[in-house]
Formats: sequence, C-alpha cells, structure tokens
Amino acid sequence: MSFSFPLPEHALLLAALLFAMGLAGLLARRNIVFVLMSLEVMLNAAGLALVASGHKWAQADGQVLFIVLLAVAGCEAAVGLGLVMRIHRRSRTVDSDSLDSLKG
Amino acid sequence: MGEDMLVAFYGAGAVAVLATFLAVTRAQPVHALLYLGTSLLAIAVVFYTLGAPFVAALEVVVYAGAIVVLFVFVVMMLNLGTSTTAAERSLTPPRVWIGPAALSALVLSLLVFAILTSQTRASAVQIANRKSYFALRASKDESQIENQEVPPRDVGASLYGPYFVAVELSSVLLLAGMLSAWRIARRERTSGTQEVRK
Amino acid sequence: MFELIVLVPALPLASFLAITALGRRLGSQGAAWVACASTGIAAVISTVVAVEFIGDPPDQGFFAFEVWEWLRVGGLRAPFALHLDALSVIMTSVVTGVGFLIHLYSAEFMAGEEGYSRFFSWLNLFVGFMLVLVLAGNFVVLYLGWEGVGLCSYLLIGFWYRNPANGAAARKAFIVTRIGDVAMALGLLLIFTDLGTLDIREAMNRSAGVWPVGSDRAVAAAALLLAGAAGKSAQIPLQVWLPDAMAGPTPVSALIHAATMVTAGVYLVARTHWLFVLAPDILLVVATLGSVTMLAAGLSACVQTDIKRTLAYSTISQLGYMFLALGVGAWSAGVFHFMTHAFFKALLFLAAGAVILATQHEHDMRKLGGLARQMPFVFVTFLAGAASLAALPVLTAGFYSKDMILAGAWAAPEASRWFLGAALAGAFVTSFYSFRMVFLTFLGPARMRPHKLPGFAVGVPLGALALLSLGAGLIEIPHSLGHVSLFSSFLADALPYPPAVVPAKVELALQATATGLALAGLAAAWVVYVGFPWAAEWHATMRPLHWVHGLLRNGWGFDAVYDRVLVRPFVAATSFNRNDLIDSVFEGVGRGVAVLHVAAALTQTGRVRWYAALLAIGVIALLAVLVLP
Repeated sequence: MSFSFPLPEHALLLAALLFAMGLAGLLARRNIVFVLMSLEVMLNAAGLALVASGHKWAQADGQVLFIVLLAVAGCEAAVGLGLVMRIHRRSRTVDSDSLDSLKG
Repeated sequence: MGEDMLVAFYGAGAVAVLATFLAVTRAQPVHALLYLGTSLLAIAVVFYTLGAPFVAALEVVVYAGAIVVLFVFVVMMLNLGTSTTAAERSLTPPRVWIGPAALSALVLSLLVFAILTSQTRASAVQIANRKSYFALRASKDESQIENQEVPPRDVGASLYGPYFVAVELSSVLLLAGMLSAWRIARRERTSGTQEVRK
Repeated sequence: MFELIVLVPALPLASFLAITALGRRLGSQGAAWVACASTGIAAVISTVVAVEFIGDPPDQGFFAFEVWEWLRVGGLRAPFALHLDALSVIMTSVVTGVGFLIHLYSAEFMAGEEGYSRFFSWLNLFVGFMLVLVLAGNFVVLYLGWEGVGLCSYLLIGFWYRNPANGAAARKAFIVTRIGDVAMALGLLLIFTDLGTLDIREAMNRSAGVWPVGSDRAVAAAALLLAGAAGKSAQIPLQVWLPDAMAGPTPVSALIHAATMVTAGVYLVARTHWLFVLAPDILLVVATLGSVTMLAAGLSACVQTDIKRTLAYSTISQLGYMFLALGVGAWSAGVFHFMTHAFFKALLFLAAGAVILATQHEHDMRKLGGLARQMPFVFVTFLAGAASLAALPVLTAGFYSKDMILAGAWAAPEASRWFLGAALAGAFVTSFYSFRMVFLTFLGPARMRPHKLPGFAVGVPLGALALLSLGAGLIEIPHSLGHVSLFSSFLADALPYPPAVVPAKVELALQATATGLALAGLAAAWVVYVGFPWAAEWHATMRPLHWVHGLLRNGWGFDAVYDRVLVRPFVAATSFNRNDLIDSVFEGVGRGVAVLHVAAALTQTGRVRWYAALLAIGVIALLAVLVLP
C-alpha cells in the first residue's frame, strides 16, 4: 500500500511558522538563557526545512545536513551556556540589556 | 489508511506550534524548557511522517535528550528560581512583544510567499536533474518520487560516501566546542585574568 | 660690453639676499657697507655702460639681452629679457646714482634705529626691482618690477611697524596702487590678445598694423595702462596714498616717493608711447589729468604744515607736469623733467631729513625757523633744491626742463592755450610753496635749536645732489640761450619725436613769463611769511578762507569721498558677512558629518537584542528583494 505522505510545502510552512516564533522570542526576551532557547527553536525549524526539502526529492542530503546542524547546535548551546555561566559569575545577572559596555 | 501520516503530521504540527508558543512566552525557565522539549518531540514525529525515521530518532536523542537537558542543568546551576521568574514577568510585559511580533510576522509572510510561489520559480531542468545517489528508483516508480521514505541505510551510506568530509569537520567542531565550553565556563582560581567587576 | 648691464639689477638683488641671510653675522656696519657697495658698483657699471652707449651706440639704437628662458606657455613666450636703449640708460643711471647717494645718506640717518639691516636689505631689494622695471624687455618682466617696487614701497612705508598708523599708511599705498596695477594687467592682457606678443619692441612693430589710429581696442589698452601709471605715479584719482606714505623714513620718501618709484608711471607711458600715439584721445586725457593734478596738488602744497607732506604734494604736482609734457607730445621734455626732478626732489627730501634728524623728528614747519644760521650747509643745499623746483632762471636745472615743457605745451595742436596757461599757473604756485618752505623752516625767528648737525654721510649726498640740481640742465639748452640738445638727440632713437620747434620770439616770451611768475611766487612767499607777517594773520582770520584752507589741506577731500563711497560700504558688507557665507558651507559639511556621526552612534546601543532586530530587518529586506516579483 502506498502511504500518502504530507506535502513538503506544508512542512516548509510549519518550519517557517516555528522559525518566526523563535525569532519573536529572540527579539523579545532579555534573559540570555531564553534567548538561547529561542535560538534552538530557530535552528530546529531550519532543520525541519532541510528534512522536508530532502523528503521532497527523496534524497538523503537533507537528513545529512540535519545531522551536521545537530552537531553545530550542540556546540553552540554548550559554548553559549558556558558564556552564560561566566556572565552570571561576573555580574550576578543574566539580563542581556545590562551588558551594553560596547555602547556607542 | 494512508491518511495516517497526514493525520499524524497535522496533529504533531499543531502540538509543535502550540508548545513552541508556550515555550517562548513562559516566565519560569524550567516551564519554558519543558515546553521546548515537548515541541522537539512533536517535531520528531513530523520527521517520521516525512519519511525520515533516522533523524526523528536523532532529534529525540540529541536535541531533546542532550541539548534541552544541558539547558536544564545550567538553569539549575545558576539557580534561576522564583526571583528570576518575578524579574522575567516584570521585564517582559505584553507591550514588549509588539515590535518583535511585527518583525517576525513580516519574515513569516515573506517566507510563506516564497514557499507558495516556489513552483512557478523552479525550472523544469532542475527537477529533471534531481536523482538520488543510489539507484533507489530502480525498484520504485519514478513518478512517485515525492512519496518516498529515505531509510537510515541511505543516510548512512551518504554520510560515509560523499559527505564524509562534513562528518570529519563536524567531529572537529564538536571537539573544539567541547574544549572552548570547558575553558569558558571554568572557574578561575589562580590564573592571572582579571574579572572586571561591573 | 653691454652685457655688463645684467649686473646692474643683479647686484642689489644679490646684496638683498646676502643681508637677509647673513644679517646677524654682518652686523649693522656690515649691512650698510654691503648695501652701499652693491648700489655703488651698480652705479659705476651703469655709468660705464652709459658712456659706452653714448660713444658707440649699438645698431638700431638698442641692445636686447635674454638672460634666461622664463615663461613659455601657449602662445606666450616671455623670457627674462633686458632691453637697453637710450631711455633705459637714462633711467638706470638716475636710479643707481640717486640710489647710491641715498644709501650713503641712510647709513647716517638710520644709525641707531632698530632694524637697520632690514632697512638696507629692503632698500636694495627696491633698487633691484626698480632696475628690473626700467630694463625690462617685455611687459611680463616690467610687471614683475612694477609689483616688486610696490611691495618694497609697502614694506618701507611701514618700516616702523610698531606704530599701527604706519601700517595703515602702507596698506593704503599698496591697495590704491593695486587698483592701478589691476587695470594695467588688463591692459597687458588686451595687448597680448590683439598683438599676440608681450615683447615691447615686437608689440610696437605690430601695433600699427593691427590697430588703426583711434580704434576702440587701442583706446582701451591705452586707457588701462594709463590707469596703472596713474596709480603708481599718484595722479588723480589715485593720488591719495602719497601724502600718507610720508609715514616712512625720509630716505624712503626721497628714493621711492620722489625720485624713482613714482616715476615708473611716467616711464611706462614713455615706453609705450607708440600705443598712446595710436589713441590720441587718451593722450589728451594724459595731458588733462596731468595739468589738473598739477594745479590741485600744487594748491594743496601751499597750505600744508608738515614739511614732508608739502614735499609729497609737490611731488604729485611735478609728476602732473611730467604727464602734461607726455600728453602734449613733448616726450623727451617729460623724461628730462623726470631727471631734473629726481635730483632736486631727492635733494629737498634729504635736506628736510637732515632738519628732521637735527630737531629730533619735528615735522611741523610752524615750530621750526631760523635754521639758516644754525645749519648753513643744509640751508644752502635746500635753497638750491627749492630754486630748481621753482625753476629760477638760467642757474637751475629745473628751469631748462620746465622751459622745454612750456615750449611743448605751446606747440601742442589741441587745447594748447589751456595747457600752457595751466603750466604757467603751476609755475607760480610751485614757486610760492617752494619758498614758503624755505622761509618757514630756515628764516625767521629760531623757535628750535638743532641737537645734532649732519655728518659726512649726510653732507656728501646733499652736496652732490645740489650740484646736479643746478648743473644738470646744461645738457639741454634752448635755442635762445645757445642751442644744446644733447639730451633730446640722445633720446631720439628711443623716443622718435623731435622736440617742438618754437619761434625765437615766442621762446623768449615764454622764458620771460615763466621767470616772472617764479619770481612773483618768491615775492609772494616773502611777503606773506617773512616781510609782512600781519598779512598772514589777516589771512588767517578770514572765516570763508578757513573752509578753503581745510579743503586744500585734506587734498581736496578725496580721502573723505573714498571713505564714504568705497570704504564704508565695503566694511558694512564684510561685517554683514561676518559669519563667512562660503566658510559656513564648508563648516556645514563638517557639522553635517558630526550630526551623521551622532545619528550613526545611536545605532550602537551595545544591546544584543537591538542588533538582532537589525539583523532581522536586513533579512526582511533581502528576502523582499529576492522573493518579491
């Protein structure tokens, strides 16, 4: 029997919607941890787009790129959270708006 | 019967959207992370419905299982508790969302437009040139090219084949990331770096 | 042999450089020696060349010498060329001779002054430029000398720079002559445009072919050159700077503002005689301008109280005489009068300087008097100069040159009666103010005792110039007194206009009239200032005459008119443009950039969220460009 797979375009629309929500969260939240979280949402949405595109052409490339993206997201989360810990240690806050010494 | 995938897709998609919305708007960090995890699991289901079981598994294992857990660890370590929650509530009143919502709405509309008009922009030549590396089509109907599952075997073969350089580089990246995360987050004791008090 | 003429301007210029560079090492004495020596050697060389020129004149009457290739651009070729003919030989001899004597005089006059070396270096620079001017072979070199003497005049008038009034006088001189210079430059441009060359001789040859007599272009060119000459030679309406220029030291007044620089205008007109002949209307203007200036300045000289200002107005008046001579076609008479005037006017200034030095810078003649007994040598030389100025008969050089001018005025074709009448009236006025000076300063009761009698360095120039003032006329004696025409025949090649032929009876009548008027002037001065002082007092009490006196003393109100009409509107305009309009545009650019900087700096908030938002906006823009049709 043949499965009827969902349309890749719909998956791309889902990815765009998730990406937009992640972007809104990135711009609105001041706590750095939440910013990083929104960033993960955006990366995930991008990965969804990749897989959907790979599905459309029935190729493995989309999934491979998703795997690479996983590696990148992991590193980025690790380093970012390390920086958050450093900042927290230094100034007891994780408010990104108060870290503006590069102003002007 | 064949509609199972479609139902699963739309359902999981709805869950993902709702969970992401909640994750982004919560003030309690742990709540937000839990919602994020839910969203990721829903996305894993979406992957499965898209004929990519391998990455569905990877999504659960790596993304929801490692990265979100890492976030939880850090939140716990930083002891971002009730004070943070209260602070967050005061820092992000609803009016803060106006600008970001507008910008992301613009981005969304442009992306949607691009997606919906993509058929008219892609050329016939590109479609004809899309062939998989493996002669997978040998046993399947070419006209059915859109509704194929890409098994893990294909992914693995692709990883050790044309994309092995990407694999090596990713491993180097992971090493570098690990080292730098360790170095950055280390508690300084006797080294000479000055911590600038703000 | 004639190539030696190159040394004549070169030596003073070189000594200027030497004194400027080595002044400290030379010291005052050294500077004076170097300056006098260079001018003296230049005088000797010019004498040698003059003798050679007279004895064995070169072919065609001139010697042209290109020193080096200077300008060659487009159609203009202007080498640094010297042109030696009879006219320039005369001018060079006078400039170097009188210049040397004044250098010698200055060594004593300026002794002890601050800036002694500076004075001599500038004096040398002036002599160098003046020689460049008179020896110029083309108009570019002439203009170089012209501007150079203007510069030196400015520097030397404002020599005592600590007094701001001197600086103002120097600026006034420079600016007024500049107006004439601009006109002259325009005239030179016109000549170059039409004739295609700025070489004087070449322009002369081409002019008759290109410009018909009386054509508009020739008239325009001549008028512009006349404006330049009028500026330099202080003729109306550009005469306002010369009386104020007396703020400079007396040797400067003697050299620059009596003998040499102010005669540059006369030299220019004489040099470009061919142009003025092509524009007879302008020649008429020259004569008219000369006669009006002569009378106006002469009358002004009659009421001045400052001895140097009297001499300044006298200079303006005598320059008017020279212009009158040139204008009526008596070219060699004008040059002859220039020569005699150089001698006696320099003498008068130097003698006045001796008086000023002796009375510790007292210029006011009403406070002087009775110096004849106390400074006899100065008195005698001053008297000789005044007599020559007044053109007393037979014994003075001034008599012969003035007689030549009168003859020319009589023989002039147009309006000769008016010019002759003006010249004769001028003779009376000249004599009056000359002897007024003598009587006020040297005769009468002694109101002041001289502190310092002049020494050797002052006496020798005075004596030499006195001899020249009396004897220099003998090279050109009119027919009636034994005909000697050494001067005019010498000039015949350079100025090919034979002197006027005047019937013997008319000549005698002219001489008699002139003599009579000169003696009448002397007598009038005697009456007013010596014999019957009550005449002066009665004179002083007449109220309407006060107004006339005031007008005359202020030089006919020219300064006031210029101030009202030119200076005040200009100053108002500049204060209106106080915040310089054009500058504000450029400053505005700077300020605009600063504003942009501030605006751009506002985007650097240091906040990550803000930067992310900007990124998002950029993404939207890119997507829009790529995706939208």
